[in-house]
Amino acid sequence: MESVGLNAYLFVGAVLFVCGIVCMAIKRNGIGVLMGVELVLNGANLNFVAFAHYTPLGLDGQVIALFVIVLAAAEAAVALAIALNFYNNHLTIDVDRGNELQG
Amino acid sequence: MTTDMLFWLFAALVCGGALGVVVTQNVVRMAFWLILSLGSVSALFFLLHADFLGAAQLLIYVGGTVVLLVFGVMLTASGPYMQIKTSAADGLLGACVGGLLLLVLVSTISAMDWSQLHPAGAESIAFTERPEGNTIRPLGLAFLGLRPDRPGDGFSVKPAPGYLLPFEIVSVHLLVVLVGAAYLARAKRRTHASDDSLSA
Repeated sequence: MESVGLNAYLFVGAVLFVCGIVCMAIKRNGIGVLMGVELVLNGANLNFVAFAHYTPLGLDGQVIALFVIVLAAAEAAVALAIALNFYNNHLTIDVDRGNELQG
Repeated sequence: MTTDMLFWLFAALVCGGALGVVVTQNVVRMAFWLILSLGSVSALFFLLHADFLGAAQLLIYVGGTVVLLVFGVMLTASGPYMQIKTSAADGLLGACVGGLLLLVLVSTISAMDWSQLHPAGAESIAFTERPEGNTIRPLGLAFLGLRPDRPGDGFSVKPAPGYLLPFEIVSVHLLVVLVGAAYLARAKRRTHASDDSLSA
């Protein structure tokens, strides 16, 4: 039986990425869109760590993954503040109603 | 083979959690599926011998970011437009596009020969120096700009790059972003409260 290799981890990362993209595209709830962003970033992180383990990339992949985690936390904080502002102005979190800037 | 069994178990949990986030319409249940998926991703990190990264994933994502999102749900889940559902046409279109994208990614990954990443002659070195866990000390030294895990070989004079400058930039960036987020969330809350008292 063949042991689990690099490709299996990349497939899991691809599934996470696609789920995140679809979640960002079809959710009308702003918080749901943020959850899609988290899924996409986690798929990328999984790829980084898998490459760090299976290729000569070594520790660099884990360092980049740590940077991604920190930046994702910062992104979530700012996006949540913007979502709260949007809710205070529109009394809803539906992203389809944020259409004031259309020409 | 225990490692393989654990990998397939957690891979199934990751994919199932991600699919649950996409399919579910209730935001709180979406948060639950997200916790399941991100926790299983941290288990995959442990399986890849990235122990510090797995612990950081658990602490920051599951303990921090998801709690932040749940607070966002609590603060925005009232009002006249509480039920926000995806229309069936949007869902169908998203499923079609997502399936096609997944097909492209999987076929590309399968067609790629990743063994070319190993430079000629360095394959044995790469496989003997594969990181075997206990990554806290090398990670900390890399953030300080030292790379004892990657000593310069006889051919290159320059050592491997450290990460002191990116670490400082990310630290200042996180501080500025959190101050800005606190300012953004607080100022408008106050005006909203005054509007509320006026209307009441």
